[in-house]
Parts: sequence; C-alpha cells; structure tokens
Amino acid sequence: MTPTRTASIGTPVARIEGPLKVTGTARYAVEYPVENVAYAWVVQAPIARGHVVSIEPGDDDGLLALLWHGNAPRLESGDDPELQVLQSPRISYRGQVVALAVARTLEAARRAAQSVRMELVEEEHDAELTPDHPGLYTPEKVNPAFPSDTSAGDVDAALAAAAATVDVTYSTPALHNNPMEPHATTAMWVGDDLVLYDSNQGPSAIASQVAKVFSLKRSQIHVIAEHVGGGFGSKGSARPNAILAAMAARVVGTPVRLALPRQALFTMVGHRTPTIQRVRLGASADGKLTAIAHDVVEQTSRLFEFAEQTAVVTRHMYAAPNRRTSHRLARLDMPTPRWMRAPGEAPGMVALEGALDELAVSLGIDPIELRIRNEPDVEPEDGTPFSSRHYVECLRLGASRFGWAGRSLEPRQRREGRWWVGTGMAGATYPSMVMPSTATVRIDPERRVEVTLAAVDIGTGSRTVLHQIAADGMGVPLENVTVRIGDSGLTRASIAGGSSGSASWGWAIDGACRLLREELSRLTGPVPPDGLSATFDTTPDVKSRENSGKHAFGAHFAEVRVDADTGEVRVSRLLGAYAVGRVLNPRTARSQFIGGMTMGMGMALHEESVLDASTGDWVNHDLAEYHVPVHADVESIEAVWIDEEDLSVNPLGVKGIGEIGIVGSPAAIVNAVWHATGVRVRDLPVRLDKLLGSL
Amino acid sequence: MKTFAYRPVTEIDEAVALGGTYLAGGTNLVDLMKLGVALPDTLVDINQLPLHDVVRRPDGGLRIGAGVRNSELAAHPVVRRHFPVLSQALLAGASGQLRNMATTGGNLLQRTRCRYFTDVTKACNKRTPGSGCPARTGDHRNLAILGASEHCIATHPSDMAVALVALDAVCQVTGPDGSREIAVSELYRAPGDDPSRDTVLQPGELITAVDVPPLGFPSTYRKARDRASYAFAVGSVAAAVRITDDVVDDVRLAFGAVAHKPWRARVAESALRGGPATRDAFLAAADAELAAAEPLPDNAFKLTLIRNLVAATLEEVSR
Repeated sequence: MTPTRTASIGTPVARIEGPLKVTGTARYAVEYPVENVAYAWVVQAPIARGHVVSIEPGDDDGLLALLWHGNAPRLESGDDPELQVLQSPRISYRGQVVALAVARTLEAARRAAQSVRMELVEEEHDAELTPDHPGLYTPEKVNPAFPSDTSAGDVDAALAAAAATVDVTYSTPALHNNPMEPHATTAMWVGDDLVLYDSNQGPSAIASQVAKVFSLKRSQIHVIAEHVGGGFGSKGSARPNAILAAMAARVVGTPVRLALPRQALFTMVGHRTPTIQRVRLGASADGKLTAIAHDVVEQTSRLFEFAEQTAVVTRHMYAAPNRRTSHRLARLDMPTPRWMRAPGEAPGMVALEGALDELAVSLGIDPIELRIRNEPDVEPEDGTPFSSRHYVECLRLGASRFGWAGRSLEPRQRREGRWWVGTGMAGATYPSMVMPSTATVRIDPERRVEVTLAAVDIGTGSRTVLHQIAADGMGVPLENVTVRIGDSGLTRASIAGGSSGSASWGWAIDGACRLLREELSRLTGPVPPDGLSATFDTTPDVKSRENSGKHAFGAHFAEVRVDADTGEVRVSRLLGAYAVGRVLNPRTARSQFIGGMTMGMGMALHEESVLDASTGDWVNHDLAEYHVPVHADVESIEAVWIDEEDLSVNPLGVKGIGEIGIVGSPAAIVNAVWHATGVRVRDLPVRLDKLLGSL
Repeated sequence: MKTFAYRPVTEIDEAVALGGTYLAGGTNLVDLMKLGVALPDTLVDINQLPLHDVVRRPDGGLRIGAGVRNSELAAHPVVRRHFPVLSQALLAGASGQLRNMATTGGNLLQRTRCRYFTDVTKACNKRTPGSGCPARTGDHRNLAILGASEHCIATHPSDMAVALVALDAVCQVTGPDGSREIAVSELYRAPGDDPSRDTVLQPGELITAVDVPPLGFPSTYRKARDRASYAFAVGSVAAAVRITDDVVDDVRLAFGAVAHKPWRARVAESALRGGPATRDAFLAAADAELAAAEPLPDNAFKLTLIRNLVAATLEEVSR
C-alpha cells in the first residue's frame, strides 16, 4: 500500500465554490426554484408563560392556512421538545411559535401573521438569572456527557494556606449565533417523500430527526443543504422551521418556503446561556497554583435541559493539586439555550483566564510566565497523558510575534494622545473531537475521482478541504476530484460542529481512498468502464478511539486603545498562535482562526442580548441593536501556528480549527483593557459605560 | 406588510397634493413598515423630485436639496472645507451603504429610536398612545436624559441633525397651505404627553431644502458609540467656537443621543460666551446645561460622557 501523498494537503487552495458565492449563483435554502410555492411566516408568543385559548385570522387576504395547535397536524414526539411545534396550548417562553400563516406571497404571509387575533392566558413568569436563584439545581451531566461537578483535594484548606489568592466573579451575557443566512426551509412533498431544502449543519442528523417527528422512514426524507450561510452551532439539529415548513406544505398541498425573520432567530433557534462564574485561585509566592475552583451558574428553559459545559475547560488547562468545578442551572421561562461556537470553552475561558491575569498582577509575575509555571505534565484531573500539548510553544511563539517582551506589569502606563493603550493575553484550548461518518470514493478509467458523503460546508471551506484530502488519498490532481456533499441521501456523515468536520469526514474519505487503492492494486486489468468504488465507515475506529487527553491549544494576544474621554475600546492588534495538529489548507484555516478571533472580539466588547425581565424578551433582537464587530473594528488581525504532528487524534492528524479562535481571545482583550486603564471589567461585554467613571 | 399604494412623483405640487407618506431613501421607513410599526396607505416616492443639488449662496451659506444623499453631502468640497462639523457628523452616521441611500430630508425625519417602539408586541406610547412606556423601568441605556417625559424617553438618532442644529440651519417646507421656514432646532417636538408625533410638520408638509448660514469659525463633531462603525451614538457633541484674545466670542454646542431631538445646548453657550476658553470653563458650561438632566439608572453615565465630549471638542476647536 502506498502511503498518502501530500501534494494538495497543506497548500492554500482557494474555495472551490468561491466563484458561485461571489456571483450570487450559489443556492441557499429558500432560493431553489420551486413551482407553485407558498410562503409561511411565524406568529410568536407575545407572553413568556401561559397558554393559548384561540388564534383567529385577522387580515386574511391571500391566506391559505393559519396553523395553530387547534388545527395543526399531530406529530410524533421525538427527543427535542422544541420540535413539537403547534402541538400544545402551552407557552413556555416569549417568542415561542404559536401559529404559522401560509399565504400566496411573502408579504401576505407576513401581514396575516402580524394581524392574527390571539386569546391568551398569561401567568407570572421568571426570566432573570441571578447568582442565588432559588431554582438552582445540579444537572445530571453537562454537555455532551461530562459530570456536572468534579473535585480533588481540599480547595478551602489550600486557599486558606495560599500566599496569594484570587476570588472573583465573571459574568457573560446571553449571546445569539446570528448566521447571515437565517434558519430557512423550502419543504415539498413528493408522494409520501419529503424534500427539505434546509439551512443546517448536518443533513443526516436533520433527516433522522424529521423522520421521527413525521413517523416516516428516514429514507423518505431528503435534506438538501448544498450551501449554508453560517450556523455557529445553531443549525446543528433540526430547528422548528424545518418541521413548520413540512407541516404547512402537507396542509396546503404545495411547496412552502419559510425563512425565519432575524427577530425570530433570537428566540426560536437557540442562544448561548448567560453565565455567572466564580473563580477562586490559590498560589504560592512563586506562582505555583495550589487551588483552582470554578463554579458556574447558568440557565436552561422549561422545555428542555441544555447544560453548557462552562467549567469543563478548567479541568484541562492548569496543574493544581486541589481543584473543583461545578455547574448549577436555573430553569427559566426563557428560550432554550443551545450550542454556540465553542459552547463551554468560550465563556469558561473568560473567567479562568481573567482570574489568572488577576493572579499574575497580585504576584507581580508576567502572565505568560505564570501560565508556564503551571503547565501540567498530564491531564490535571485524571492523569491521562496528552496525545500532544504544545501550549507553552504557542505562548512563546505568540509572545515573540506580538512583541510581548518588555511589557510593563503595571497598568495605565501608556498614553497616546487621547488613548490609553495596553496589552493582554490569554490561553486557548479546544477538544479534538471526531464523530462517525461514512464516505464513498469512486474512480473511473480517466482517474476522475468522485467523493460522496452527507457532509455540509457551512461557509468554513470544508468542501475545499475534502477535495484536497481525496486528491492526495487517490494520488490525483485536485482538478480530477468532485466532492458531493449537502444531501442526506448520500452516505451518513456527522454534523459540521465541534470543530470535527475535517477530522470526521476526512477520516472517512481517507479510509475509503485507502480501500480503493487496495482494490486498484489487486486489479489485473484496467479500471472497468463504470469505475470502481469503495466505502468506508469510521464508526468502529471512532468508537475505539481514546478520547481523553486530545486537545488543540493556542494563545491570544491583544493590544487595545481606550478613549480617555469616552471609554470607547478599540482593538489595535489581535494575534492568535495555535497548535492544532496538521493544517490542511492555510488559507481557509486562517479564515477560521481570524473569524473566531473576531467573534471573540465581539464577545469581549460588543455582543450582548439585553434582557427585559418584565417581558422575558431580549429587546435588542436585530442586527442594528445586537452588535457584532464590523470591519472598522478589526484593525490588525493575525493568526500563526506551529507545525504539530499528532496522528493519534485521527489518521489525518488534524485537531480541528473551527472554534479555538473564540476561546481565550475575549479574555485577552479584557485583560488588555485592564492593562490600558487599570479597570478590571468582569461583566462582559466591556462597554464604554463600564469604564467611563474610572478613566 | 400592509398593502399600500405607490405613487412616484416628479413635481413638488403633485407630491404635496397626494397627501401620502413620503418615501426618500427608505432606510428607516421601509424597516418600520416591515415591522408593522409604520402602516402607510400611500407611499409618495419623491426621489425624482428636483431636490438633489447643493448650492453655495453668495453669503457663503448653503442650500442643500432635501434629496441630496448623505454620502454626497459628506463628500461635497464646500461642506468638507467650511462645515467640517456637518461632514464629520454625516460620515459618523450609519454605514456606507445606508449613507448612499439616505437623504437630507429623510435623515431629519427618521423616527426616534427605542427598542420598545420597534416591537409591536410591546407597549409604547409613541406607537400606541396610552399603552405605557416600559423603557423607564426596562431597557433605557441609550435613551434620553434631557427633555423627556414620563410618557416617552426615546432619543433622536440622527448625527447630521445635531450638526445642523449647531449650525442654525433652517428647513424649507412646502405643504398644502403653502411654504414656510422652520429652524431645524424648532422642527422637533418634545415628547410631552403626546409622543406620537416627532416633529411639528403638518400632514402633507414636505421638506424641500435645508439652508445653512455661513459659520466662519472652526467646528467639529465627536460621536461615542459601541462599535467603530454602523452604530447609533451613545452620546455625541457638535461644537464650534470663535475665540478672540482667549475669550469665547461665539460658540455653538449641540448634543446627540440625549433627547427626543438634537439638543442645542443654549444654557452652556450662554455660560461660555464672553468667558475664558479654558477646560474648566468648558466643563462648567457642560454642567450648567446638564443640570436639567433627569437620568435613569442605566443612562446616568451619559452625563459624564457628554461632559467629557464637550470639553474635548471645545478644546479641539479652540486650538
């Protein structure tokens, strides 16, 4: 067997579908030409808790159907209560879908939805997370299956005996994913089969979920997602739009398009839970941690328990003999939280890396040096060896590229005109995950290679990288390769989530290529006219893989300016240094890194879903009011990485790059704001009003 | 979206006679229509009216056609050279794409902003008179500290209008009963007990131009916002000052994002006129103006913000 050549892998191949996207010819979920299509618009609950008595049409011009629980077709219960749309009068949160207007035109559907007459019974609601909420409980596990609490040694005794301690509480607000393409579906029944052009992160998973809800065989559901305009975790499972569109299409007897309006994305498809995180650190005078405690309070909904794994990151980062982590949840009359880019790690590292910066200050030790002194030899909690861990190398590489040397330990030392200027850093980590997938690779006599699997490219460059893997796997030039993804009718593939796409799908393609090469090597004659193919299912290999001790690492560095008159914060420079295994495509990898870092800047400075507790609503529910960074906020951004070889994570040696950019970059910025101004903001985002009084 | 009639017009008289809702750039109105906040029966598209010129007048002032796009006005060489406060305010507003659409008249007439106003499922005295104002006890970080009422604390979002108020600009208005002039500073109403109307314009009245008298001394605009671009002001200041022998000879000050209208700081101006051009005097003048402020818990920081911006902008233009 010839080993995989690396002619294409590692080269900066431009996105295969780039020309389609920039010319507007790439089709998204509600852009497929479908004849005789009707349009749907959601009616959302205007109260946070209660029930629906009746819903009647108002302006019914062009209305084809007004579905509500009183007339909607019955669904089978699946594993996600959020998909039981229009099945019950119960209102569990403001913004929950209570009716669907279906009309001949988009405008008529919207008008019909806006004008329905609702009779509701409202009950007292509870929408606000507080650190001592009376309903706090300990979930059985946190996502996906980690223990809620861990403990070793005696944290209290260690803190009491420590030369230096930090006891701080950081809080992060609710955040919303806000992909450019909203959650959207065009649904069409063809006999008893259901075709869904749907914007999602996993056609195979969506097909299974939808099949269950409609009591159909999985093979009767055809989920097409050729191009997806972002997801950030919020499209990782079927969302109500897919079920509603399919239900409506069955009722009205024609295809139905449903694109959720931006405002509905703030309630119907998930968000990142707000967190309140207490971190306590104890250390010796020379900066060796003796205790780490990370206790998290966060929320879930009445419908569904979603327990974000916020403190799990602390289980892996630093050595300390005495340690504990915990998670407590409150069930509120609010929408269900879901995955959002680096769930757990992104908010968790804000608190851990902020607290570590505060410890460095109190000890008078450089924050990088403090981290190096607490570098563990093995997994700090269970002693598992790391498959590879180059965190210290990332710290050093980043420090060198950023120009960290000579930084003052004292804050508020540098003033340039009206700006206070400072620098900060923070560590980064993300688990190297892999999920079972199956791919088929076919080769024809002209050495043209076709790869098929139900993977999906949500804008990350996955499609391009899969071309590269197949080209090298079969030893053919890139232009010989065709990759078909985004169709649940292809072999089952895992979701585009957990930074696992390249590892999971790439492993399946690499395995299929290996089988196909073996078949070719046994072939005595030419390749038959209709080609040869091989299919590889990674399930057994993935199941037997040892998961612990496998992580990507990184370090983030930020330089910020704070306007002394206004408290406005601008990020002059942002640099990430990463150890993420093998980088398959430096061009798309860089995009992933700097995209994550920019989103981290948003988390540090801009993003915040503002709760109006009296209505149980996030009141800034559009992109004019919910701020993400704009181009002008990104002044200089750079991502670098070290060459890391780790074939134990998977045969391609990739650790995943989709999420690590947002882990730690917020803390680096918050720490830099302290260095610039001497003001420690522990309540994100760092808005100007939180600084203004202290400048 | 409610069904509406669409009437493009080419003559001002024709526009006024139709008596509908005027559509210029549409950057605010169309959003509000989609949200069900604005429900016009007839949209009168005034983009073809001959209101697209910027004319320099013999006295050095300007007549700005109401249809002039924000991006064109900001880039106009005379505006940049002689009225930097206006050019800077325009460029601080919205995004490049929005500025390409937004017009001088439309910018003045955008509705006040409040997150409760734009959500038809919530109470709002401006949208549904008498329904209440949840903002006072709810989300009000970016709402008014000056000139508000118990019925409404929304803020006017325009940057351009703050500069025009400081410049003593005057609107030329044509309506069913003829033409009249309204100073930009008098165009807007305080919310009082009827916040449903933002301006004093009568039904059918159309702003055709904005006249800006000559200024003749340095001016500037500073806007504080939550991100570097495409964000409404959290607080802003338009400032112009003429100093003779270290004494403030003439001064113009206006604040943005603090009130239902662009706020001309006449109390501060009086305090400054004839006094020393020092930072302490600038701060004292700001304090005098802000003495009338009635901040709420989450927007009290605007007092510090405006105070700092007044001192910083006056120092900048007095150098």
